[in-house]
Amino acid sequence: MGLLSPSVSITRYHVDGKTNNSFLEAVREGLIKYSFKEIDEESSDKITGWTSFNDHFNPDFNGSSFIIDTVFVFSLRIDKKSLSPKIINKFYQREMTRRLEKSDRGYLTTSEKKQIKDNVLDTLYLRIPATPNVYDIVWNFEKSLLWFFSNNKSAREELEILFQKTFNYRLVEIFPFFKADLLSGLQAGQRDKLSGLSPSIFTE
Amino acid sequence: MFDISLSYNRYGFLGCEFLLWLWFCSNNSGLYKLFDNKNEALEIGNKIILEKKNNSSFEKITIKGEEADLEEAMISLKKGAIVKELNFLYKKENKEWRFTITGENLCFTNLKIPDVGFIETKKDIEGFVVEKIYSYNLIFCLIDDLYNKYILLRISDEWKHIVFDIKKWMNY
Repeated sequence: MGLLSPSVSITRYHVDGKTNNSFLEAVREGLIKYSFKEIDEESSDKITGWTSFNDHFNPDFNGSSFIIDTVFVFSLRIDKKSLSPKIINKFYQREMTRRLEKSDRGYLTTSEKKQIKDNVLDTLYLRIPATPNVYDIVWNFEKSLLWFFSNNKSAREELEILFQKTFNYRLVEIFPFFKADLLSGLQAGQRDKLSGLSPSIFTE
Repeated sequence: MFDISLSYNRYGFLGCEFLLWLWFCSNNSGLYKLFDNKNEALEIGNKIILEKKNNSSFEKITIKGEEADLEEAMISLKKGAIVKELNFLYKKENKEWRFTITGENLCFTNLKIPDVGFIETKKDIEGFVVEKIYSYNLIFCLIDDLYNKYILLRISDEWKHIVFDIKKWMNY
């Protein structure tokens, strides 16, 4: 469900941090440095990176390609390789049997078992293609606001981690208290009253 | 800066009460006006999720459907359930926006905006995106304004009168 979809889900963030004169260049460099790199030939099970909004499979952040009107528009791509535990177990058991037959001890140590499991995972992850997931992002830097086009918890966590790593800004999800306390323009006395609130009782 | 995790959980009720307040106001527009403009209206849509805490467990009540009867939702409210998610239909002039808000984090799901035309060539994408962003922003500003209005009421002495009226409405 991306920006162009007829129905979208959006998580809104406050971007915590100040911009400076070289901000635009820093954003471009960050997007290029942490742009998505394919993993089909690698044994890792997951990889994340930034990609272009209008071409998810060929990231290009040169020029003003990620700027639309007054906002930055780009995407987060998360490619995952998923393996059924049953498949892993099948290959693991097969490899264990093979190693035991070769060994004259009749047993395998814990570290040998771990090594076998790691080898099995590496081999299997090399053999299967990764499934791409793409989530669009609209970043209004003037208002320190960011819209992430998903409510998925793990995707949000990936975004928060990569965003901080790339741009050195922290993303704070706009949740009810944060919104009321810091984004509603309340005075000090009003903020004190807000902090003292407790749930209303509607049942008596 | 406050502890985010702590305040997220401790004040989670603010978002749920906000949804209840919106529901109450939209059903009692004669008494509580959300908008000054007569061409604007916020209606309850086709889905409500409520949650009731029973000792250490949670009971979840989902009411879904275009012609859904909200009677069961009212019964749940009377029994102490809170509004976790609410679907809305916002009408302005001859346009409609549909969306669901989650009380806990004010996230938007299933947000559908009025048609903004079609993309015929690659050159149309930028204009299409600008139109979409404008339309999403319009609904965010609307909800933000209503939330600010609610927060000002919530910290005022007037809130106890509103709670009284909400109780009356629930038991009507």
